[in-house]
Amino acid sequence: MYFDLTDEQQAIKSTAHDFLNARFKSERIREIAASESGFDESGWKEMAELGWAGLALPEEWGGQGLGTVDLAVLFEEMGYVCAPSPLLSNTVVGLALAAGGSDEQKERWLRPLAEGELRGTPALIDAGHPVEIGRFAMAAESDGEGFVLNGEKTLVMDAASADFFLVATSDGHRHIVESGAGGVSVSPEESIDPTRRLSSVRFEGVRPEATLPGAGEDYIPVFLRACVALAAESTGLAQRALEMSVAYAKDRQQFGRPIGAYQAVSHRCAQMLLETENSRSAVYGAAWAADAEPESLPLAAAMAKAYASDAGWRVPDAAIQVHGGIGFTWEHDLHFFLKRGRANAASLGDAKWHREHVADAVLAGETAPARS
Amino acid sequence: MDLTLSPSEEEFRDEVRTWLQENHPGPEPEAGLDEVMAFRRDWQRRLHEAGWAGISWPKEYGGRGATMIEQAIFAAEATRQEAPAPANVLGLAMGGPVVIAHGSEEQKARYLEPILTGEEIWCQGFSEPESGSDLASLKTRAVRDGDEWVVTGQKVWTTFAQYAKWCMLVARTDPDAPKHQGLTYFLMDMEQDAVQTRPLVQITGEGEFNEVFFEEARVPDANVVGGVGNGWAVAITTLMNERAGLAFGAISQIQNSLARLSKLAKETPANSGTAADDPYFRQRIAQLHIEVETMRLNAYRGLTKTMQSGIPGPEGSLGKWQWADINQDLTELALEIEGAYSTLARGSEHAVAGGAWQYSFLRSRANSIEGGTTDILKNIIAERVLGLPRLR
Repeated sequence: MYFDLTDEQQAIKSTAHDFLNARFKSERIREIAASESGFDESGWKEMAELGWAGLALPEEWGGQGLGTVDLAVLFEEMGYVCAPSPLLSNTVVGLALAAGGSDEQKERWLRPLAEGELRGTPALIDAGHPVEIGRFAMAAESDGEGFVLNGEKTLVMDAASADFFLVATSDGHRHIVESGAGGVSVSPEESIDPTRRLSSVRFEGVRPEATLPGAGEDYIPVFLRACVALAAESTGLAQRALEMSVAYAKDRQQFGRPIGAYQAVSHRCAQMLLETENSRSAVYGAAWAADAEPESLPLAAAMAKAYASDAGWRVPDAAIQVHGGIGFTWEHDLHFFLKRGRANAASLGDAKWHREHVADAVLAGETAPARS
Repeated sequence: MDLTLSPSEEEFRDEVRTWLQENHPGPEPEAGLDEVMAFRRDWQRRLHEAGWAGISWPKEYGGRGATMIEQAIFAAEATRQEAPAPANVLGLAMGGPVVIAHGSEEQKARYLEPILTGEEIWCQGFSEPESGSDLASLKTRAVRDGDEWVVTGQKVWTTFAQYAKWCMLVARTDPDAPKHQGLTYFLMDMEQDAVQTRPLVQITGEGEFNEVFFEEARVPDANVVGGVGNGWAVAITTLMNERAGLAFGAISQIQNSLARLSKLAKETPANSGTAADDPYFRQRIAQLHIEVETMRLNAYRGLTKTMQSGIPGPEGSLGKWQWADINQDLTELALEIEGAYSTLARGSEHAVAGGAWQYSFLRSRANSIEGGTTDILKNIIAERVLGLPRLR
């Protein structure tokens, strides 16, 4: 029994912390958020040099071969600075290629992705259809010569900077479509979170470059790891919002005292700490399960994503209250954290959706159920 | 990172599990507190004979010298199997550790063995009517008279004082010193006429705790623990031990309650199915499970940290706060599930589950008060973990 990071993981954490805090200062995040594409080319190159594009991808395909705990460490630090980066979407595509791709496809797509030379993003949600995790409306039609895709995917992350899309169809398959292919058109949406761009992508008679042999349940472990990474990011958002609040509460004086001396403020901060620490425990518990006890991952990931979905925006929300008027201004950074937290809460299944899975397990009396 | 037990820890857990299965005395009698205490004394004797009483204590003092993980395993397993509490909970969890940490060799020789056997029950004389969270303001006076001290004052919320031989008494020995410095920690013999206890009836109708009145009660100088004027530091050790000992047993206890709550939901008709099909109840049950799991994982993280640094940190306050919140939410949800029937208590023909949840609902109101109120824990967290300024 040892629930702490190893020395190697501590090293990843401090490298990530130092790099990200130097690279993503407030002014830089604002520049990226206000830019046309929302993509930071030079930041991406540096992350790729650090090996982050393939951190948790297999070594034999150009990745670092590290585990989900290491991935959580990295994403917690990404959240801590609210980094605008396609690293999450890219990592999810990498995990999916590793899970469902043929060797030939891995050589062609996964290796360059893991090495940071190609970027991919998942295109899962069908515009105009109710969102049901793992179920897709777009059909993979066959015209005798291969598949043809027609339809519109939405809520696609980082589409502007992606070299290819991993498109999900109703048969449970994933298809690789290059972003420059004929019949593909990308239209940016206006997300509440300006640091992670969302787009809709139309596919009109598009012939995919490749179709992965893996289907359906092969991607469940990918989804669960993505949930853990996103929950880790939300934990980082909460940690930063907490630290900003504590610093402000020590400094800001009203009625002749620092406001942190008043229990209305200090107890709010204590609540933020509780939620942040709970979120962190749930995330690392799930990350550990992903690496060491996969049978308990479905429940652990559901708990982590449910908890962090709430904490990831509620803690920044509380931080705005601690800051008062200044916290409500565009000039202060807190709104980026609130917005990212809120967007994360709705992505990859919201708290309610994940809690429903937890309820299934608890009411069935199972401690580590496999999700069907 | 490794959230599994090592082979030797697993072996320890299996040993605990098997022993408890073979020696479990069954549920506590549904009778008055006197019968329950007699039952718990028997149970503690058996625990002691088998070497399970005071497992955290060093071997030289009759304990087992168990590691923190083994203590956690024992607490979790005993609660999981719903083993009864030993009679002398306060002596084992607080009195003994304080004597071991601050007592003289004579005191260790005199007091430790009867704590372990349950022969002498201990109680804690800290809180007073005018001194609750502000413990250091306490007024009970101890005045030296030769080689004795004469104690006058009143204590309150004194659990099991009516059964206690010894009271861990904090009294003011120097009224002129600053409030934290004029205090001394005594072991007061409760068996004297100058000490009177009066049970306080709780909102559950029971009387676990008492008021205790000292009217020129006598305590020999030899019963001072940790030196005259050091009472505050010694008392703090007691409280730290109380919190460290609580976590893992508390988690198992909530897990048991949550299993009962799930059963209640599945057995309670609602709409066309049961409460377990109701989306609102499902969400609440799931959230409770998540909270218990985060509390368990926090406790593991805390344990890892404590093993590295050697002392439990103030983060333990988070767990106690969370435990109180979860326990209260859980019993509130049970009453919501019972609906109109939730008003029927023990003794009613139509009470659901024999009125168990009505009792738990009422009893859990104290969870955010006993052993440090949630409001004070938030102050501790704000000041000692977050480093926010003190108001005082």
